[in-house]
Amino acid sequence: MIARLLTSREALLTGAIALLLVLIASRFPAFVEPGNLASVFNDTAPLILLALGQMAVILTRCIDLSVAANLALTGMVVAMLNAAAPGVPIAVILVLAVALGALMGMVNGILVWKLDIPPIVVTLGTMTIFRGIIFVISGGDWVNSHEMSAAFKAFPRAEILGLPVLSWIALTVIAAFGLFMARAPLGRAFFAVGGNPHAAVYTGLNVGRAQFWAFTVSGALAGLTGYLWVSRYAVAYVDIAGGFELEVVAACVIGGISIAGGIGSVGGTVLGALFLGVIKNALPVVNVSPFWQLAISGTAILIAVAMNARASRRKGRVILKRAEAPA
Amino acid sequence: MKVAKRILAALAAVASLALPAAAQDDPVRIAIVVKALGIGFFEAAAEGAEEAAAELGNVEIIYTGPTETTAEGQIEVINALIAQGVDAIAVSANDPDALVPVLQRAMDRGITVISWDSGVEQDGRQMHLAPSSDELIGRMIIQLAADHLPDGGDVAVLSASATATNQNTWIAEMNAVMDDYPNINVVATVYGDDLADKSYREAQGLMQSYPDLDAIIAPTSVGIVAAAQAVEDAGRVGEVNVTGLGLPSEMAGAIESGASQSFAIWNPIDLGYAATMIAFNLSQGNATAEPGGTIPMGRMGEVELDDTLSGAMSDPFVYDASNIEQFRDIF
Repeated sequence: MIARLLTSREALLTGAIALLLVLIASRFPAFVEPGNLASVFNDTAPLILLALGQMAVILTRCIDLSVAANLALTGMVVAMLNAAAPGVPIAVILVLAVALGALMGMVNGILVWKLDIPPIVVTLGTMTIFRGIIFVISGGDWVNSHEMSAAFKAFPRAEILGLPVLSWIALTVIAAFGLFMARAPLGRAFFAVGGNPHAAVYTGLNVGRAQFWAFTVSGALAGLTGYLWVSRYAVAYVDIAGGFELEVVAACVIGGISIAGGIGSVGGTVLGALFLGVIKNALPVVNVSPFWQLAISGTAILIAVAMNARASRRKGRVILKRAEAPA
Repeated sequence: MKVAKRILAALAAVASLALPAAAQDDPVRIAIVVKALGIGFFEAAAEGAEEAAAELGNVEIIYTGPTETTAEGQIEVINALIAQGVDAIAVSANDPDALVPVLQRAMDRGITVISWDSGVEQDGRQMHLAPSSDELIGRMIIQLAADHLPDGGDVAVLSASATATNQNTWIAEMNAVMDDYPNINVVATVYGDDLADKSYREAQGLMQSYPDLDAIIAPTSVGIVAAAQAVEDAGRVGEVNVTGLGLPSEMAGAIESGASQSFAIWNPIDLGYAATMIAFNLSQGNATAEPGGTIPMGRMGEVELDDTLSGAMSDPFVYDASNIEQFRDIF
């Protein structure tokens, strides 16, 4: 039991992050000050939000490559809305961002559910479409910091009990997601559908519907992050968060979510995202050449994938041996 | 998408065959081909091109480019322009080599070809108009930082990617004139890869690693905006001055907040204007492109060509609190 706990992905990742922090502290002690760690968490919050949504999708044996484009489109829409009508309250903007993101997620979900198109193809397509729509609605123009209202930019930065709202949102979503995945029927359905779709059908679960809702959740979180991102960096343009979808998938993979579906945890995903977040924030201060930075991030992903592959292969072998024995 | 583009190109070609017959007075048709549509800088250049066209009269500007910054996209666009039989093509290239064959084909058909902003190899154009020279830019970016550091200080460079040719050349030119600024130390050069979030993080890292940092020089428009935001969020406005190359519309907020005292960029309106003037003069035989020669470019004076048949338009233009209001709505 203890051995299993110690070799669990969460424990390994916590150890890896701690080791990483020790290594960084040996070169740049100020990095591990609580204040700085809080800002690292804050910086990683968008990645955590997207990774949680992605986790739901990957659990159901799908993948959502359109999250970053969804984020960028929602971000552009709310930024343009704010530039055109600065009086619209932030609460409305938040609701709109989540709704718009969820709607885009639903488009993915419907295509996967009703038309049975492979998710990687669907989301690759919608990714391009979303980026294209940003270009069309913005005409390729940037929405810049001086065009956004003060309230629009201040929301994620506002501090409550010493932590910015952006961090609080991430913490709230983590808690809600933990509860949702563990207790809600839909949360359990994600695991069941991905773990064994045929068995899930026999227990009365609709596989397509579960996938649809997974995409919707992922889209809603991407939409929420879209506003937070645009407001945090105070700029919206076609290419924001370009390539971020791969980082999101990487966070999930490092966090131990099986690409084959059905295996994973909220804790693992959050730690996977934090692992990448620590690396991303530490590399600029420890003076590593930019070429090495890419190599280091890539190596971390490869190691994680190799570990995932090894874990699932061992399990497969055991089952085969048992099946062979009676024959 | 490619198929659709081809069909469009074919339609355009057919239309171009049909239309000139109807037109009585053939206008001089100058195509401005940009790296990608929808980039503020190039939209402003197109404005300058229209200004030149209005000044010259009977000139039609065809502002075009691919939707993504690829050489393949530009080749398709240029092929379509050759089919339309335009009089001149002025291109800001996504790749210096890849465009050479198609541009040579254009020149074979008697089309005047020049490159501007981002050049092509000498075989693929009659001349190249650089917005400014690398020396002028290198000196300008350190001068901008030095202007606000009378007693000297520590500055850091936040560049685009580590392999970006433009930025690396400017930084090298900047380092070459550092002897003129004995009190100023360049403490680090970091790379934000022209991504807002990575540049922001690198700027944060600079402020952490070098608590006495006085200025961040970002010779890239994404980096300078992100760095200004990072300085503002860190509450270091007034201590760390962000400067470098940026666009007025994107930097207006940073000037307003004080995170940036001043920055520079060549004026893209002037650049589009000058490129159009040169293309017109070459295509109409008013001037020829030869080493050491000059080509008039209207209100921008004359461009002098060097041995590689390229020339620089002017010094980068400095923007600060005094003129940002005037330019921020333009580009």
